[in-house]
Amino acid sequence: MPPLKIAIIDDETPARNRLKDLLQDCMSSIPTEVIGEAANGMEALSLLQARTCHIALLDIRMPEMDGLELAQHLRKMQTPPTIIFTTAYDVYAIKAFEVHAIDYLLKPVRQQRLQEALVRSSTAMPLQQEVLQKLLHPRSRTHLSIRERGKIHLVPVNEIIYLRSELKYVTARTHTREYLLEESLVRLEEELGDHFQRIHRNCLVAKNHIAGFEKITDSDEAGWVVLLKDLTEKLPVSRRQQAVVHEHGRHS
Amino acid sequence: MRPCKLASINQNTYPDTLPDLRNLGVMLRILIIVNMIGLVAALLKTPAWDGIMQEFMDIAMITQPMLLLNILLLYTLHKPLSRLPYRTGAGIILVLEITLITLVYTWLTWLTNHSTGLADIVRLWILTVVIVVILLGYFNLRNRALSPAFSEARLQALQARIRPHFLFNSINAVLSLIRSEPRRAEQALENMADLFRTLMADNRQLSPLADEVSLCRQYLQLEQLRLGERLQTEWFIENMPGDALIPPLVLQPLLENAVYHGIEPLSTAGMISINIYRKRNIVHLILRNSYQEKGSSHHNGNKMALNNIRERLALHFDAEGKLESQISDNIYQVHISLPFTAARNNHPQNRYP
Repeated sequence: MPPLKIAIIDDETPARNRLKDLLQDCMSSIPTEVIGEAANGMEALSLLQARTCHIALLDIRMPEMDGLELAQHLRKMQTPPTIIFTTAYDVYAIKAFEVHAIDYLLKPVRQQRLQEALVRSSTAMPLQQEVLQKLLHPRSRTHLSIRERGKIHLVPVNEIIYLRSELKYVTARTHTREYLLEESLVRLEEELGDHFQRIHRNCLVAKNHIAGFEKITDSDEAGWVVLLKDLTEKLPVSRRQQAVVHEHGRHS
Repeated sequence: MRPCKLASINQNTYPDTLPDLRNLGVMLRILIIVNMIGLVAALLKTPAWDGIMQEFMDIAMITQPMLLLNILLLYTLHKPLSRLPYRTGAGIILVLEITLITLVYTWLTWLTNHSTGLADIVRLWILTVVIVVILLGYFNLRNRALSPAFSEARLQALQARIRPHFLFNSINAVLSLIRSEPRRAEQALENMADLFRTLMADNRQLSPLADEVSLCRQYLQLEQLRLGERLQTEWFIENMPGDALIPPLVLQPLLENAVYHGIEPLSTAGMISINIYRKRNIVHLILRNSYQEKGSSHHNGNKMALNNIRERLALHFDAEGKLESQISDNIYQVHISLPFTAARNNHPQNRYP
């Protein structure tokens, strides 16, 4: 049997070393090969896209992008690795793992437990998007991911100026370009509602990109529009959402 | 086991003690209570609304010099008084007050050449006794009301301290060292033992600042093990009064918060700086760490720790113990100030010989 290819993702060097030692100890019963290590979600994403990997041992609490968010982005890969979460202490996540029968390892990890998890991984079900989203709640993603030409592309949430749904897709607009997302606007609003303001049935605007509001009277679509800080584009405010105009005036 | 340890097992017996007569909060309470009594007396004595102020002034004429002399006298006598048993101390204070009022009375009658309107000396004696008893009773009740809080504070200190997150990650880090660097693993376990010894000690008594600082250094060494280069620390403690008494575990939990909220969420290196100095009679402890604005989910734990420390400072120092926190330019700062009291020489400086 060829060795299982494993990636170790943890922000603490000693924790990664410990897992390497344990994998070495398991070698006689389960041959494994560590294809790489990463100290945060971003590094891990590029590592996992560059090399074939069967199993990712993934720490939950990490800087930049945590393990739960990374797992969501990894789902978009052609052949995503099986994920085994590791955590020292996270009551909330552990409860959720139990509920959804997701495999996890408690640090410090026992060799026996690691071995069992590796054996089980071959039959493990892929993680469901809905479940992962629930796990992440009430935190929200720091990045949205888009698959382009087989690669996963990350768009930082704080760079998105607005999200607009057009026909089947949602467009995310940043300074430089637009991205097509395969998620519904309603769900994005649920998750990112703290940072985005709904101004129309089909549009959410980043609150910190709103420069002001302007009343348009000349065209037949008279009403308010949102002025943006960095784009000349103006976004219409629907009649139902007009309260936001007054609210914004009060806050600024 | 020493006998004092046995006594502390029975949590219900908390000895009566005189209030700290040099504490600003205690002085303020005395001033406010006595003046309130004066105001009530004025209200009772005068039927007409206009006369009340005049009456209050008359009363104040004798109470104010009394109060000021009093506070000065008790401030100077605090040390010998606090060493006496409660009953003796209270008795001495009563005698002092009666002497004082007699002196003030004779001085005032000599000054005005006439009785002051508060009539004869016997009445003043009785009033003095009543007020002293009310005040001592008040402080004693307050002390008793707060005494369960002392043992509670100890419990809180135990529970709120040391995140399980830190414990398990540290054990994991030590495990990773055992094969490759057994010496470092040994040292780490020793640090951990010291840390937990302090955490499990009876933390109701004040302890020297130097002890807290060495505990903090041990704690940071453990964190360094996990975080390596990511954790940078700076100590400015050349002017630290090592013998100053502080409630135990005031600084360590703040460092733990700084690591958890300030350093761990950064992928680059972050800095924690600790600045401790004494200015006149106030000890200042200032802690700064890098901080990145993020989701609000982390703030609750931090707030709880701050409240816990604030409470304990208030229990020990009343209005003179302060904790302020602020965020500016990605730097989070906590500033604690408390009155300087030196540890007595016979204090067991080194608790782990």
